[in-house]
Amino acid sequence: MTATYPQEALSAHPPYRHLAYGSTAKRSPDHPLVVIPQTLSELTGPVYGRDSVAPDDSDLTRQHKAAPIGERIIVSGRVLDQDGRPVPDTLLEVWQANAAGRYIHKVDQHDAPLDPNFTGSGRCVTDAEGRYRFISIKPGAYPWRNHPNAWRPPHIHFSLFGPSFLTRLVTQMYFPGDPLLALDPIYLSVPDEAARRRLVSSFDIETTQPEFALGYRFDIILWGRGATPMEN
Amino acid sequence: MPGITPSQTVGPYFAYALTPRDYGRPEIVTNDLVTPTTLGRHIRIEGRVLDGDGAPIGDAMVEIWQADAGGFYAHPGDARRRSNVGFKGFGRSGTDAEGRYGFRTIKPGQVPGPGDTMQAPHVNVGVFARGLLRRLFTRLYFADESANDRDPILACVPTAERRTTLIARRRPGEGDPVYVFDIRLQGKDETVFFAG
Repeated sequence: MTATYPQEALSAHPPYRHLAYGSTAKRSPDHPLVVIPQTLSELTGPVYGRDSVAPDDSDLTRQHKAAPIGERIIVSGRVLDQDGRPVPDTLLEVWQANAAGRYIHKVDQHDAPLDPNFTGSGRCVTDAEGRYRFISIKPGAYPWRNHPNAWRPPHIHFSLFGPSFLTRLVTQMYFPGDPLLALDPIYLSVPDEAARRRLVSSFDIETTQPEFALGYRFDIILWGRGATPMEN
Repeated sequence: MPGITPSQTVGPYFAYALTPRDYGRPEIVTNDLVTPTTLGRHIRIEGRVLDGDGAPIGDAMVEIWQADAGGFYAHPGDARRRSNVGFKGFGRSGTDAEGRYGFRTIKPGQVPGPGDTMQAPHVNVGVFARGLLRRLFTRLYFADESANDRDPILACVPTAERRTTLIARRRPGEGDPVYVFDIRLQGKDETVFFAG
């Protein structure tokens, strides 16, 4: 195996310590990360293909007896590597608050109603061209205690695997034109503005379905190994 | 080359999606990697995830990725792959209020390293939590392995004292071996974390 993942690409990530986001203060390492050679242990990774999800897993509006309250949305896009190659057959897991800004998680005590028809979690696997698609409802903003009058912008959490242990990514997708983004320390933890904008989906009339739901496009770019294909 | 999509924290509310057993929802990944067809020495891995004050982190998620007992990865990138049906080599565990996580798995075999080296048996570990804007990546090695002394990755760690943070100790007792591996995100005895 020759091509390895170049370290430079990682500069797009937030630093571990970003004190405007208070929870990083005691959870970020003091020591610098140790750079190691990328071995088979890093260049391989878990495989969860199409047999690991059911077709309905990607429709968050059909998991209960009735439809959830809120603005129905379609979120779709492609998972690509840095060379623009599609990442096929890779698992995406998503989770989000309901339209009122409340998670079903036991720890969430925000005084907003739960929706008995909305859990807010889904899964799908990319197709041969790296495409994915979820149907959901637009999540609400919600307050948190990071600083006075702190509100998280509406977002959907994404978890992806990609082709190796090193391409694992957990991130958040935001919505275009949201005034809360300029005030959100988690969004702003990404130092580079162009990189930050990659976290914001775009409204997409092509994805929008007449008489049904607005469409948002969110492409995800995973760490790439450069042009050399994997070989022994 | 276009830039990658940046990481964002997993936040405090992932459990119902990523480790949803307590929510009565089907799990795609569990903390039990052993199936009836898995070959190898059954072991348990247990430990705590702790913050810079030594306080338990009750809302973390630990993921492991490892080779099978023969040292083969269940992945098309491992061209040497031999059939060990049912062993995927990947697991996920949440942490409880005391910061405890745990896995039932098998002891991995040795895997080739750079050049002609062989790596000591090890498990790749990823840590996610509220307050972690990116995954932390570390490795677990086994205290009862003499191959640790020649491991090319442990050799990258600057001091012997820091290397010890990567060595899981075996808990004395009968039955399947239990290896204890605490993960300290910061401060005294901070675990060594790798780039990637």
